[in-house]
Amino acid sequence: MTDPASAPTKRTPLYDLHVALGARIVPFAGYDMPVQYPTGILTEHQWTRTEAGLFDVSHMGQCFLIGPDHATAARALETLIPADILNLKPGQQRYSQFLNEDGGVLDDIMVTRSALPEEDGTLMVVVNAGCKEQDFAHLAKYLPNPIKLILAPHRALLALQGPKAASVLARFAPEVATMPFMTALSTKIDGVPVHISRSGYSGEDGYEISIHENKVRGLADRLLKESEVKPIGLGARDSLRLEAGLCLYGHELDLTTSPVEAAIQWSIQKRRREEGGFPGYERVKRELAEGPKRKRVGIKPEGRAPAREGTEIHDEAGNKIGVVTSGGFGPTLNGPCAMGYVDLAHAQIGTHVSLIVRGTAMPAEITTMPFVPNRFYRG
Amino acid sequence: MGNTHYTKDHEYVRVDGDVATFGITDYAQSQLGDVVFVEVPKVGTHLKQGAEAAVVESVKAASEVYAPVSGEVIEANSALEGAPATVNEDPEGKGWFGKIKLSNQSELAALMNEADYKAYLSTL
Repeated sequence: MTDPASAPTKRTPLYDLHVALGARIVPFAGYDMPVQYPTGILTEHQWTRTEAGLFDVSHMGQCFLIGPDHATAARALETLIPADILNLKPGQQRYSQFLNEDGGVLDDIMVTRSALPEEDGTLMVVVNAGCKEQDFAHLAKYLPNPIKLILAPHRALLALQGPKAASVLARFAPEVATMPFMTALSTKIDGVPVHISRSGYSGEDGYEISIHENKVRGLADRLLKESEVKPIGLGARDSLRLEAGLCLYGHELDLTTSPVEAAIQWSIQKRRREEGGFPGYERVKRELAEGPKRKRVGIKPEGRAPAREGTEIHDEAGNKIGVVTSGGFGPTLNGPCAMGYVDLAHAQIGTHVSLIVRGTAMPAEITTMPFVPNRFYRG
Repeated sequence: MGNTHYTKDHEYVRVDGDVATFGITDYAQSQLGDVVFVEVPKVGTHLKQGAEAAVVESVKAASEVYAPVSGEVIEANSALEGAPATVNEDPEGKGWFGKIKLSNQSELAALMNEADYKAYLSTL
């Protein structure tokens, strides 16, 4: 076994840019990544909510599944995930999960059907950095013939997020202005091929831009010259997604949590619920019918003290009913917020609970998510 | 500032007679980043040198603040509850955490003076 702490960390193609911008670099999922720039997490967070933030997410895993036609490729991927891929339109994107036989989550992913007619049968999959090696091995092992798995380690990924993202990016690629949330297209910026999806991880409107590693620095520099754009680190990425109520693998999702427990059953479309044909279907079907034992909920502490990951959640009688999986301070909310799992009986919105912070029971309430309204562009 | 002393955990303590005002240093706040919550010590608590005295939280994490000296907490800076960013803006001034009535003056000898603390920072 290699000690992960002593393994050499990798760098994205933008590492030198992060250093030049004064970023504080931390190890994350095997990479040296910027956690924040000199202005700090609060400023970066607020900037993304009001302007446009540029995130380097090149550490994430990108790959393509290539089949003879869309139906063949879609049906192959559907054997591993519970989303309806068959009925994806060209250029449409969907969130899903690799599940194990017990219905636990191996990773959460984004799947896009190529918009180009000449690429019929091509699916692009983006996976988490920390899971990518095992995800790719999983795909290689289980994808049936004749589906080819093409890894794309030389593709970098930028996210441009925030209410000004559309007007900024449209200066370089006008067609992005009107593309709806969860769609994608291929185009060129300054003559360089890019694959752009209207999606992200901040709760704001925005894009993810896949581009060759040799070209990403040029694009990042161009975008950062725009007055609305500032670089944003992993710290604000985490506080933004927490306020947006979005799951983070290894926290809200792991091998024990099912999509129904995680309250992401919206990502399992009707046809798949009825037909099954994915790992863990028995559990998913049962939990959809009977309710899961526990459920992911939003938690709003009444006071100012944040409740961090691992904080016990108690009912009003003092019995442990769950645990916080992500918690901290929401800069836009201007107060603490958390997500966690609680027994189904205590998952109702408005339920009063206690969070055990440093030995003291702090009052809190089960609340709706997102904590800050999503502002996606639906067209 | 001959009456200010520092710990290796980046707390400072400024002594005026038998009263010691303590908080975290400018270096500590710069390492923490934006402070979003402070749990100041409770007045009347008897602290032992090195014991947990307060908690300071950034967006990312919670950190404990240890008592630089032993004694009774006679005042807490409750203004930090509503304005935690004061710790970033003026850590060794308005961002103080609490005042301790010294129970053992000799403990100060084990702390660093300003020159020693600067030298210590240069090794980090």
